Amino acid sequence: MKQYIWLGAVAALGLAALPVQAAEIKIGFITTLTGPAAVIGNDFRNGAEMALQHIGKKMGPLDVNIIYGDDEQNPQKGKQAVEKLVERDNVDVVTGQIWSNVLLASKDVVLDANKFLISANAGPSDLAGKACHKNFFNVSWQNDQTPMALGELLNQKGVKSLYLVAPNYAAGQDMVAGVERTFKGKIVGKDMTAWPAQMDWSAELTKVKAANPDGVFVFYPGGHGPAFLTQYDQAGLTGKIPLYSVYTVDALSLPLLQKAGNKTALGTFLTQMWAADMDNAANKKFVADFKAKHGTYPSYYAAQAYDSIMLIKSGVEAVKGNLKDQDGMRKAFEAAKFDSVRGAFKMGPNHFPIQNFYANEVIADKDGTWMNANRQVVLKDHQDSYATQCKM
Amino acid sequence: MNVGLTRCMTLSRVISALVLAICAFMPFLAPAVGEPFLIGMFARAMIWSIAALSLNLIMGYGGMISFGHAAYLGVAAYTVGILSFHGVTSAWIQWPTALIVSAIVAFLFGAISLRTRGVYFIMITLALSQMLYFLARSAELYGSDDGLTIARRSATGLSFLNLNDRVTFYYVIFAALLLCLFVLWRIVNSRFGMVIRGIKSNETRMEGIGISTYRYKLAAFVIAGTMCGLAGILEANLEKFVSPDTLNWARSGEMIFMVVLGGMGSLFGPVTGAVVYWLLQDKLADLTEHWQIIFGPFLILVVLFARGGIDGMLKRRPRDA
Amino acid sequence: MNYVLFAEQLLNGIQLGMVLFLLAAGLTLIFGIMDLVNLAHGSLYMLGAYFAATFTQMTDSFVLAVVISVPLMVLSGIALEIVALRTLYRRDHLDQVLATFGLILFFRELVRIFWGAAGRTIPLPPYFNGSVSLPFGIDYPVYRLVIITLGLIVAGGLYLVVQRTRIGMLIRAGASNREMAGALGVNIPLLFTVIFGIGAALAGFAGMIIAPLTTANIGMGDTVLIQAFVVIVIGGIGSIRGAFIAALLTGMIDTLGRSFLDDLLALFLPVNAAEAAGPALSSMLIYVLMAAILFFRPQGLFPPKGAKA
Repeated sequence: MKQYIWLGAVAALGLAALPVQAAEIKIGFITTLTGPAAVIGNDFRNGAEMALQHIGKKMGPLDVNIIYGDDEQNPQKGKQAVEKLVERDNVDVVTGQIWSNVLLASKDVVLDANKFLISANAGPSDLAGKACHKNFFNVSWQNDQTPMALGELLNQKGVKSLYLVAPNYAAGQDMVAGVERTFKGKIVGKDMTAWPAQMDWSAELTKVKAANPDGVFVFYPGGHGPAFLTQYDQAGLTGKIPLYSVYTVDALSLPLLQKAGNKTALGTFLTQMWAADMDNAANKKFVADFKAKHGTYPSYYAAQAYDSIMLIKSGVEAVKGNLKDQDGMRKAFEAAKFDSVRGAFKMGPNHFPIQNFYANEVIADKDGTWMNANRQVVLKDHQDSYATQCKM
Repeated sequence: MNVGLTRCMTLSRVISALVLAICAFMPFLAPAVGEPFLIGMFARAMIWSIAALSLNLIMGYGGMISFGHAAYLGVAAYTVGILSFHGVTSAWIQWPTALIVSAIVAFLFGAISLRTRGVYFIMITLALSQMLYFLARSAELYGSDDGLTIARRSATGLSFLNLNDRVTFYYVIFAALLLCLFVLWRIVNSRFGMVIRGIKSNETRMEGIGISTYRYKLAAFVIAGTMCGLAGILEANLEKFVSPDTLNWARSGEMIFMVVLGGMGSLFGPVTGAVVYWLLQDKLADLTEHWQIIFGPFLILVVLFARGGIDGMLKRRPRDA
Repeated sequence: MNYVLFAEQLLNGIQLGMVLFLLAAGLTLIFGIMDLVNLAHGSLYMLGAYFAATFTQMTDSFVLAVVISVPLMVLSGIALEIVALRTLYRRDHLDQVLATFGLILFFRELVRIFWGAAGRTIPLPPYFNGSVSLPFGIDYPVYRLVIITLGLIVAGGLYLVVQRTRIGMLIRAGASNREMAGALGVNIPLLFTVIFGIGAALAGFAGMIIAPLTTANIGMGDTVLIQAFVVIVIGGIGSIRGAFIAALLTGMIDTLGRSFLDDLLALFLPVNAAEAAGPALSSMLIYVLMAAILFFRPQGLFPPKGAKA
């Protein structure tokens, strides 16, 4: 009986919560707010919030109403959160999306409802190729691109032998495959470790030491990065075997490493399509205000979340707030004419960016804070390798 | 006492009927109250109910605390996903295959784990299901950690049974739930069911009267595993997606909790448990992102003070009064 | 085969075994004597790591932080026992599993509210950094040797306590027959509280000493908890000796599996298949081991004398 009453109460509340509103755009933002990965999810959200602050919560004539959904880093929970956003909150656009598996599990909920889905981080190959969709956009990168840039960087640096260590899950396999695709030297060892369970790499590091390669490639996002680097140092490998990484040494892990006084990361190289010190007006404003508000550099998660909001804004402005004009919005998204923090980029025919990938070096900035500093372009106007499979 | 018992049995039945009625009319109820989102939620809750019902057969009636029940749900879901991945989309092939696979896995796991008792049984069922979990995570061809996206729901070839239609599929799930309830009701009240319950209360005595308890337990284990496989088939179709998380031990833990919340060894209890569990989690998550700090102690309080779960409380109330 | 590499991997296996032992020792005592399945044991491990992180930050000394944190862990354990777990002794295993699962959720969120979602790194004193040359050309990280040594000291200490002291006698009595020990006038509630305090301290200590390597983080207790359960089940519930041997066995198998399994598989499988199967199989190895041991010895390798499963 209680349940019935409860349902009634919900219904009443739901009706009461339908006030007459000013014209607004509702944006659903999927991120991770519970579990160990919440540290990523918080930064992601902070990036979006920074964008909203900069645009005064206005897109063209519309007020912005952003609703956050928690995926708990779990595809099923993520799908549910998206269902809530689409079916209950009736959002106009869904963005955010850190994890490939959550995105893949939940994409149809958004696309079947004929709404826009804009991934601010996850870029699985399926959605770039066979499963591309007219209403799906990605403002970050396709998973393979960054490690492909790293493989190229290794060639440029004259690395002849390489040891790969990465977690044994889809993104880990993608990263390793990406490096292998462009790296021309010899791969002397490869260890895929249990994810996320394994946080002790004693066995793998011992093997690395025995193999004595020219370089080590690692990919450990989130909390695993600092742990890996600590043990790399402990094993006496710092300064002996150069370390190269993707998505491992970022604005989330560097403060932890600096606090612990672990210098392993300093001077190492990584590849990325953005860096906090990139010289353009949008980025300067974003980074300065983010640092003022949160006391740390923004991570690339935050930067991409920021860009996703800005992309949506460009679409809304193009149709002057008429959200029913989906074709107009889509055209604007395809043009990607907004001030991205990474500088200008083109949107490819599969709705994934065609953009530069850079080598970044970990240095201490003028205040002594460790950060990723932008160095040279490794891949120019790079398009992912799945775009040709996309028939839109 | 007798009058009281009848009365409280009735109350428990009224609640059961009410939960079923809500499930039955949700596709009309939800849009009416402006919460179409509830349809998906109840579809999930019903699938979980089936899984919890199957666990209740071995745990509630048979006293076998399996901490790896998600394994059977997971392998069935993966069977549907893998067949669909290779282009086999017919429900008439997918569904029976998935049921057979989960039955085989349940048979193997049961044959190994039923040799042990007590805590060892809990641990070995956990270990066996974790093995499958790690296997799924490493299966590169089938998406490993990212899971496997299923392009379309199983094709029945029947125009009136198009699973891609939301309401049709909802009622397929509802029918499956009714079927499972009916099957369990028949099993529990059969001679076989008596033996299973007898084993729970005193296994030595059952052996003493010449019953091979291992065989009975194994049979119950396989039935429960197969039924849980049905839940897996439905879940793969509902989500159009399978991932290793369906096999994780936390998932098995949640199933156990639903059974306990609803009432162990009560026929309908697990359904109430699953529905309440889903609604509760959802409401708490809306309340605060730190919902686990409320949910954890809630779990403990249920265990400490609500033995017999919701069903037990309903049955107790008249006596207390 | 490269013998130096093999020797170093053996040391790695021992080091992992030591951490597992510290965790499993408390778990097996609590399990064997109080018949309590405590899933929250992993949370104590996590709590120990966070205590160490906080006090290292406050005192600038990791060693001092450990010295402060261990007694705190004893107190936390005792508090937990009195507030939440005491009422669970008379309950069946199912209730214990569920209630302590609830505790895991609670602790996880508590740590997140207090310490934030990001992990904490713990700087080591300089003399623990780097690696040291051992005989036969073996080069090994100093701090991992420290962990091995600490593990051995604790194991030896526990052995002495259990075999030679009065409380040890009570513990042994409790492990083999609780009712009888109670009937002979042992103050059972007090004994339980003390044992729980010791168990919590051991788990916390394990978390403290591993945290400089792995960082203190919220998920750290979950995986290791299951591994520790595997250890005590293999070793025989209630047996410290069993836990020690099983911990070494598990640590060794896990490490050697991660090190050599893919090479081994490559001997009779195509390289691609070996590369794919290696990691999958090595993460399943300890579960396979446990299932196999339980199949042949349903009570583990060293069940305490007279104990019932």
